[in-house]
Amino acid sequence: MADPRETRVLLANAEDPNLRTIDGYRGYGGYRSLEKAYREMEQDEVLKELEDSGLRGRGGAGFSMGKKASFLPRGEMAKYLCCNADESEPGAFKDRELMQRNPHQLIEGIAIAALAADAGHAFIFIRGEYDAQADILDAAVAEAYEAGYLGKNILGCRRDLELVVHRGAGAYICGEETALLDALEGKRGNPRLKPPFPAVQGLYGGPTLINNVETLSNVPHIVGKGAEWFRGYGTEQSPGTKVVSISGGVRRPGNYEISLGMPLRELIYGLAGGPEEGHEVKAFYPGGSSSPVLTPNELDLPYSFEAMAEAGSMLGSGSIIVADDRVSIPHMALRTARFYHHESCGKCTPCREGTNWTVKMLERVVRGEATPMDLDIIASVQKNIIGRCLCVLGDSMAMPVSAMVNKFRPEFEEAIANAAGTLDPHLVVEASPQTLGASV
Amino acid sequence: MSPVDGAGAVNPKLPVDEALTEGRVPGRAEEQIPELHEVDCPEELRERIETLMARYPDRKSASIPALWAVQGRYGWCSPQGIRQAAAVMRVTPAYLESVASFYDLLHTKPVGSHRIEVCTNISCWMRGGDELLDAFRAAAEGDEDLFVTGFECLGACDIAPMASIDQRYYGPLEMAEAATAVEQLRSGAEVLPEKALVERPLAADLPGGSPAGGAGSDGGSEGGANG
Ligand SMILES: Cc1cc2nc3c(=O)[nH]c(=O)nc-3n(C[C@H](O)[C@H](O)[C@H](O)COP(=O)(O)O)c2cc1C
Ligand code: SF4
Ligand code: FES
Repeated sequence: MADPRETRVLLANAEDPNLRTIDGYRGYGGYRSLEKAYREMEQDEVLKELEDSGLRGRGGAGFSMGKKASFLPRGEMAKYLCCNADESEPGAFKDRELMQRNPHQLIEGIAIAALAADAGHAFIFIRGEYDAQADILDAAVAEAYEAGYLGKNILGCRRDLELVVHRGAGAYICGEETALLDALEGKRGNPRLKPPFPAVQGLYGGPTLINNVETLSNVPHIVGKGAEWFRGYGTEQSPGTKVVSISGGVRRPGNYEISLGMPLRELIYGLAGGPEEGHEVKAFYPGGSSSPVLTPNELDLPYSFEAMAEAGSMLGSGSIIVADDRVSIPHMALRTARFYHHESCGKCTPCREGTNWTVKMLERVVRGEATPMDLDIIASVQKNIIGRCLCVLGDSMAMPVSAMVNKFRPEFEEAIANAAGTLDPHLVVEASPQTLGASV
Repeated sequence: MSPVDGAGAVNPKLPVDEALTEGRVPGRAEEQIPELHEVDCPEELRERIETLMARYPDRKSASIPALWAVQGRYGWCSPQGIRQAAAVMRVTPAYLESVASFYDLLHTKPVGSHRIEVCTNISCWMRGGDELLDAFRAAAEGDEDLFVTGFECLGACDIAPMASIDQRYYGPLEMAEAATAVEQLRSGAEVLPEKALVERPLAADLPGGSPAGGAGSDGGSEGGANG
């Protein structure tokens, strides 16, 4: 039973295990939007509905989905659609829930988005770790082919769509859209230089629309019930509902679907139950591990793209990680940096070297071997990473680390002064296959 | 000879720039693509890889799935398995090795028959992920059949601390459950059935879940997939 503070659209009926099957899904009205779109709508009408809805990408950047789809050139060339199901950012686990509980909603969304993008081939790039979810998707895709929602001549409408579930093999960087394309082409997942953007030149050099699982799962609802209905939820600049992953120091970690704009306090304390008895929120990442941390002063802000940006952070993938008062911020900064260091593909210098040295310096801080000047060096390294990398992975470490050093500087200084911090053996960085041989 | 013969030949309309996509100077690659008769590829594996290649407009896209198939067959991406896949895919073994070595889940060294990945990222760390990793390491100590490793966020921070055991998720785990899981793996019993993620309800639907979401309240729910 949903919490009354939740607004379940994407997660409606998710408690019914039958929803995974095509009959279960159709029993709740599923695939009617696909029928409507394929039988009654032109490409431009679908595009207009998506643009009018104001749906913003749920994968991180928050770009208008309809607009992105409209950037694809028209013409005879082969076009592609890729659903980004790589979900590897620490703190994010909403796509897993959406695919596991309602795979057909995603398939229906992909089929309609393919109509909007005039794509004949679609792929779901799912992280290799999500094996159970990929099996569920495989079964659902087979059912959808069987029912004529995928394949040749869909619903007799002279349109074709092939959909392939493609399993990755464990590399966070493959969530970056151009690295995803390289991985899908069968290569090492290194990001590409942009422009050209994938909408113009993407998979196999053809125009490609790339959207997140949650973004695409919204599509059947928008096309079925209209842009106006969608705008009935959320705020002017952040319309719709959002599945928010809350984890870390809260009593009821999990996915909660809310109307965007709900105050953070209600999310963290209301829905997720807040920190354990006798503890308080010390800091939290509002949008996954790459978002600059916020402090309890900011708990009364509404949870929306615009409010998070104004507060100097971001809503990102919509994943809140709460640190309670027992968490050491320097250790958390180190954990964060270590992740990005491990996942850096090594292609460009500011990220490869910057993540490496940030980890080394933070290790010195928690060991008590640093000097206060090191904090300034850490801050300056982050400044030299931001905006200077080929993809946003470098910035994704630099932004939260700078925020932690700025907002909790006394705690870093204390760690250094006490010289008491000993390096936890778990913190020793293991070289990753991506950076092996590329980094000192 | 190009490291990939007939790149893009399946769909000649694809504007694939060979020099860009191969990462080598065309004509300078010395390694040969092995012939099928040289590699003694099991029939099943060959068929599987051919089916995988047929799913894509460009057969090279099947390289990760093909390596998964090799790993499924041999337990790891062995040099012999890679040569077999390379022969079927018409690419050089070095090409597939370069792909395999990029990804954390593809093993280019032999690992045991059971793989345990324990998450030590932020949310799991806050809830004892490091200790859980120690507990698994201790329980599996000296057993070559069990491969235990720390891992980055597995996308299941709601069940922190957690582990992925043979590609299935379990959590939230008690430290003592590491030993239980290892015993179950050894005896072939079902692993921690009550902790399997696939069986878990949504957070607010958990018994004793949200105080405000008691019986009978379906206030915020929309109902109907499409209205
Ligand atoms: C390092 C890195 C990792 C990313 N990982 C993901 C991911 O796992 N899932 C995702 O949807 N987007 C991810 N993104 C964002 C994608 O590049 C892309 O913006 C997104 O898939 C677009 O979909 P949307 O517009 O629907 O949000 C990542 C970006 C970067 C820079
Ligand atoms: S920023 Fe990092 S991950 Fe992105 S291309 Fe450069 S080295 Fe690779
Ligand atoms: S931090 Fe462990 S699963 Fe995300």
